[in-house]
This record gives sequence, structure tokens and C-alpha cells, in this order.
Amino acid sequence: MTKGQAISLQKNDGGSLTAVRMGLGWQAAPRRGLFGSRTREIDLDASAVLFADKQPVDVVFFRHLVSDDGSVRHTGDNLVGGVGQGGDDEAILVDLSRVPVHIDQIVFTVNSFTGQTFQEVQNAFCRLVDETNGQELARYTLAGGGAYTAQIMAKVHRTGTGWTMTALGNPANGRTFQDLMPAILPVL
Amino acid sequence: MTAELVRGQNHPLFQSRLEIRISAGTPIVAAAALGDENGRIRGTAWVAHPGAPTQPGLEVSRQAAADHRLAVDLDAMTDAVHRVSVLLALPAPAGAPGPSRFGAVAAPFVAVTGLDGDEVASYTITGLEAESAVVALELYRRQGAWKVRAVGQGYAGGLTELLTDQGLPEAVQLAGSINEAVAQGLARSVQAPPPRTSDGDRSRQAAAPAVGPDQGGTAPQGATGPVPPSYGGQPAGGPGQDGPQPAYGGAGTADPSTATGGGPVNYSHPRRQTSAPPPPPAAPQPRPGQPAQPVAGDATGWSMEERLYNQVWGMFEDLARTTAAYRSAVDFAESRMDKELEQALSDPRSRIGGQGDAARESARARHAELVGQARESLDRDLAQLVAEADVVEPALPPAFARWDNPAWHAYRVPMEIPMALRLGDLRLPEAERIRIPMLLRLPLERGLWIDSGRTDGIDGSFTDSHDMRRLAMETAVAHAARLLAVYPAGEFTVHVIDPAGSGAQALAPLTQTGVLAAPPAQGAAGVTDVLSRLTQRVDLVQMALRGGAPDALPPGFDTSQQLLVVNDFPHGFDDRAVNQLRYLADEGPSVGVHLMMVADREESAGYGPLLDPLWRSLLRLTPVPDDHLADPWVGHAWTYEPPLVPPGSQVLHQVLTQVAAARRSWNR
Repeated sequence: MTKGQAISLQKNDGGSLTAVRMGLGWQAAPRRGLFGSRTREIDLDASAVLFADKQPVDVVFFRHLVSDDGSVRHTGDNLVGGVGQGGDDEAILVDLSRVPVHIDQIVFTVNSFTGQTFQEVQNAFCRLVDETNGQELARYTLAGGGAYTAQIMAKVHRTGTGWTMTALGNPANGRTFQDLMPAILPVL
Repeated sequence: MTAELVRGQNHPLFQSRLEIRISAGTPIVAAAALGDENGRIRGTAWVAHPGAPTQPGLEVSRQAAADHRLAVDLDAMTDAVHRVSVLLALPAPAGAPGPSRFGAVAAPFVAVTGLDGDEVASYTITGLEAESAVVALELYRRQGAWKVRAVGQGYAGGLTELLTDQGLPEAVQLAGSINEAVAQGLARSVQAPPPRTSDGDRSRQAAAPAVGPDQGGTAPQGATGPVPPSYGGQPAGGPGQDGPQPAYGGAGTADPSTATGGGPVNYSHPRRQTSAPPPPPAAPQPRPGQPAQPVAGDATGWSMEERLYNQVWGMFEDLARTTAAYRSAVDFAESRMDKELEQALSDPRSRIGGQGDAARESARARHAELVGQARESLDRDLAQLVAEADVVEPALPPAFARWDNPAWHAYRVPMEIPMALRLGDLRLPEAERIRIPMLLRLPLERGLWIDSGRTDGIDGSFTDSHDMRRLAMETAVAHAARLLAVYPAGEFTVHVIDPAGSGAQALAPLTQTGVLAAPPAQGAAGVTDVLSRLTQRVDLVQMALRGGAPDALPPGFDTSQQLLVVNDFPHGFDDRAVNQLRYLADEGPSVGVHLMMVADREESAGYGPLLDPLWRSLLRLTPVPDDHLADPWVGHAWTYEPPLVPPGSQVLHQVLTQVAAARRSWNR
């Protein structure tokens, strides 16, 4: 799918989308020129912001790995990216059945903490996975992207009795999720 | 060297006397058929089967089994024999309950071995589906030498079709007599175990011995150690408890190289997806729409004790988080209602007519709805935790158990130091029914402070200072007794300083049973004496450790952990004694000297801020329920309840009597 395309992943019975994971993987960009072994480390961070009625209530990121209610968990900060292919270097797991009742939207973001734009990142991707069956719901390739340092990936929001995921992929700029707040609010 | 054959592959045989080992996850029938130069079976005498187990150069077992050993002597074959086929079949449905197609069982594994047991070639028959009989291998003559070939040809029509295909005229009769012989064999043998159910699976897992290092001090930290498999199972389950075994062992000759003792093993190559994998062992599935039944010890750990410890901490975290979810939802609902009510009030239109009332009404309804939903999900989680606590609490070992737990009545002096100690119970106002055991790792890392100061009970009750002191001392005695009881005999020593003798009544369980190292020290002289002895001890052990010579301690040195219970602080303490006490609090825990202060902070206010570090370094516990402890995740204020012995119970006395007896025999 292309950047910026929004798709709704409405489950018919609503209840089947019970756990989702946002996975993020990347590789450090090799330095051009001599001393090629001196790769420049790139630190991408995945965050999830929990909203109740358009007010941020809780956030899960590398400084706060578990939401207070325990429904959203970050698997831990990875500062340098992976060496191999394909695996998630950071992941955020959301147990939708345990999300507090007043939380109606969860927004996933990716930031480049070290400041490189996505143009400089290698093999970076971000994906949304239905944890119950491992099926990939959406996948973005960040590498070779535009000159921006953050992306608002997707939001999961309540509809009726169940949850719906909308893929966003909006580019933004910022070092951590706080910088993205102005960009997040319009998509709520 | 074992050649792992794939279908159609062959391998030379250099021995003439061979054994063919067959293992499958379920009882199967094994037979061997001889073929002439055209591959035909000339007659029933050319087939070795359970009804006629021996033929020249061939022997098969008499009955269906999960493991077989077929003996083959190729030199004993007549010259007319050019081929020996190894046939496998599932017992006919009439003969035995069980699967009727190979697709439903684990892939059978066949190995050709020499008499010394070395495998020559092996073959895993994968890709079977509806077949109920299969030609596994054939040994064949090629230019005077024998070879083995992996065949794997299956027949959905069973043995009849197989034998017909091999050119045997009496195929139907022979297949019938084989089935009859198998049925008789089954009748002779021990009743086949029932198919494994989810319950059977569970008890088998419980019976698996949890191999691990000794419990206690050497046990790996649950949070940081490698994650072992989680054995869900009853605490009573030990290595000797046999659940229904998987259908192995019918022949009693399970070879460790070909059959592991676990569940059905899929021998097919993990990345060679030629067939659907056999169904995994059925995990206990919760009934749809209902959470799984909680089981005690349902957590990771190397021992039952560690699993229970981790489970208790898991319950602690779950309760903290589910309550956090509830509280934040209620807070949000209230702030939203406030905002909406304010809006309705400030809107000039609402002052006319019933519009304002309607807006207020709907704001309240929205609040009630959200709170109701939050309560509903909280109740769902609490019900699960209550059910879990109901199974976990009775399963706890004495060190983790309440004093009213039967584990204490069955108390025996332990041989090992437990990994943790229950210091009391924790609860939250939203969940009055759930008491989380407050477990603290042993050995203690910091001293304890039993606060005898006046706390207004959280239920509004008022306890006067005299009662409070008595309660504090009783609590301290209960903690000290528990520590004495959970350590092996002679590995924990308790000293008491009671300068004015005011704690004599509460100390009776300790003094009467004779578990103390010495009578409680009284007066200023007694205080000085005990403190200087313990200070010296700390100095000595520290010196030995820093000098790298922990074995240089004087002979007869008491290496046990020491606990000093101090009542009535600071009465009878001079400045020197106070300094020694602070030294013990700071340096003692690392060398096994612990402090338990029973004190009212107000009474030592005369020392000014000098003692603040002392109080901060101690873990404050209260003799009455008090909400001063916070959890490490969300920071709720938890109500702590001390672990008091039920009134009138003799359990403390009985336990300490045993401890004293064990100590006497240990000293001898």
C-alpha cells in the first residue's frame, strides 16, 4: 500500500480483532566513504498514545513501557536497529479486550530519535499485525521515504462494540511523540 | 552413521542380521512379507504377522503396539526370496478403538539397525492421509547384495488392499486372520490407555519433574532467569504421579533414540512440509466465552515454589493494573460530567424551559453508563482473580501461607531456605475480597520497622497507644517466628532487646519454646552487650569477606542469619548504642544481620534528623491495617494487613516447639 492511503479494517463481528501489534524494524545506514565499519546508529522509536474523547490519557513509549492499565505493552527500546532482515526491532502490543472503557482511540507513531530522516534509514518498515492469527494488516516501507523524521502510522478506535483500525501513514516531524501531538490531533 | 532416507531412496546393507525398529504415536500392527523375484507374495506362509509371528528368518511381534522390533536374518531366507517388505497397519476399527487413518496419527518412524543397535538407515513415513496400511520399507536383493529402500506406499483400503496389491491370492483371508490375531492380542494385553484428553495432557505435564537447581538461595531469579517451560499442574503432582500415559510403551521396549517419552513426536523434517503436521497435544481449552480455569503454579519457574511466587506477583500486577483501568475510567467519566454540567449551566439558552435539565440529565446518564461499563470489566477481572486466589492460596507452602493455612499445621522443619517470605496481605478498596500475599525475597535486604506509633485505623477505629504497642510486639513476634520456622534448623538466630521488659507477654511464644539464642536483653547493660556483640560480628564477617578469606573465621563461628528484635526504642539506648544500631541497619543485611525495630518514631524525635536515615532504610510495617504501601507499577496505595495468628490458635506455639526441638538435635 502507498503512504497516506487510509484503509479501514472493520471486522464483521467486531470481536475478532482483539489484539494488535505494531512492529517496527530497521537497519542502521552504512557510512559513505572510508571507515565503512563506522555505521551511523539510527534510533527509531515506536509509541502509542491512548486517547479518551480526544484527550491524551496515557502513552506507551520507551520511557513508559506499559500503560497503567496493562493493556498496552512496549517490548523495549532498541537503540540501533536490527542486523538481520525482517524481524521487528520494537513492538507495541495492544490487548484490545483489556483497554479501559473510556479509551476510545489509540494512535501509533514512529519517531526518529537520532534525527535522521527516513531517507537515510535502511530496510525500515512498520507493520500492523493481528496478534491473534499473525496476519499482517498493513505494512509501510519507511526506507527511502521523504525528508521527515516521524510518521503517524495508524489508529485503532472503538466502533460500536468492537474496534476498527485505520491505517494513516501521515508524515510528520519530531523527536518523540510529544512533538507529534499537533499532527495527531487532526486525525482523531 | 545413520542414513535418513527419503521416499524412494535406497541404502546398502552390509549385515545380514538386522533389527527393524518401528515407533508410532499409537498402537499399530507390524508385519513383514517376503516377495519373489517379481515382488509377489507367493502364499500366506510368506507373511510374518501377529497370527503367525515367526517365519524363516523373520520374527514380528504378536500384537499391536506403538513400538516394534522386528528381527530379520537375511541369510536364513531361501533363494526364492528376493524382497522383504515391512508392513504397518492400523488396527481395524473393530479390533481397537483408535484412529483409522495414518493422517490422524504422528508420522511412523522406521529404523534399520544392526544387532549392536547402531542405526543403518531410518525413514519417517510422512505424507500419509487416509491410508490405514502402508509398506514402510523393503529390503531387496540386488546383484547378490541386500539393500534397503524407503517405500512409504500407503493403502486406504487397509491390509486387504495392500496384500492384494502384492499379489497374494488369499489377501482377504489373511487380512482377516491378522485382524483377528490383533484383536486377541489386545484382549490379552493390558487395556489400551484411553485417548489422551486435555485433562490427561495436563496431569502428564504435572508429572514431569521440574529439574532445577536447589530452591532457596541458589534459585535463579524468576524475573531474570531463563524462562523454562511452564508446567500447568496440580501442586500435589510429583515426579511419581502417573497421569494417563501417551500410548507409548505398549511393547515395553521404547528406545530412547527412536521414541522420546513425551507426547506424539512429529519426526518429519520441520521445513519439509509434505504432510499436515499431527495435531499438537490438545491444550486445555477454556469453554468458549469463559476464561480458562485458574491453576495454582500457572507461571514460569524452576520449582513449584518459584512458580507460585511468580504467580502471586502476576496476580499482584494484574490487580494493580485492572484497578488502574477502572479508576482512570471513573475519573474520566467524572471530569467529563463536570465539564458538561458546567457547559449546560453557562449556556444561556438552557435557562429557559427544560433544556438545561435535559442536558444535565444526559451528562449524568453518560457518566453512569461509562462507570457501569468500567465496573463491569473490573468485576470480570476480579472474578477471575478471586478464582485464582481460591486455588493459589491453599497451595502455598508455609513460608508463603497465612497462619491459618493447613500448611502450618502440617509444618516440618525445612531443609532449605525458601525463596521468599509472606509479610502480610495487600488489598485495594475496589477489591475487598482479594488478598494478595505480600512476598518478600529472602534473605532480607533491609530491616523491618513495626510501627507502634499511633495510626488512625483506616476503618476509623482508634487504638490507644498501649494496645498499639502490644499489637506491634505481637506482630513482631509473628514475623520473627515465621522467619525462624522457614529457615532450616540452626540457620536463623533471633536476639531480642527489651530494655524495660515491657514486651515480655508478647514475647512468650519465643521465650517459652526456647527458640531464642538468649533471654531478651534487659536494661542498658543488656542493650550494650547485645549491640556490641552483633557489631563485632558484622565487623568480623566484613573483614573476612573484604580480605577474601571468608573461611578464616574462627572455628565454631555461628554462620546463621541473625535477627535483632528491638523493643521500646530508644529507651535504654545511649548515643553509642544508637550509632551501633544505625551501623547494623546499614551494614548488617549484607552479612546476614537483620534488624526489626518495634518503635514509635515520635518517641525518638529527640534525636532530631539524625535518625531519619534509619527509618528510611527500614521497611515500615504496621500492626493494624494501614494503607502506606505502594505497588511498583502504578503506585496505588495498598492496604497492608499484618499476618496475625488467628486468636486462640496454638499454631505458633506448635511450630516453634518443633523448631526448638530441631535446633536442639542440630546442636548436638
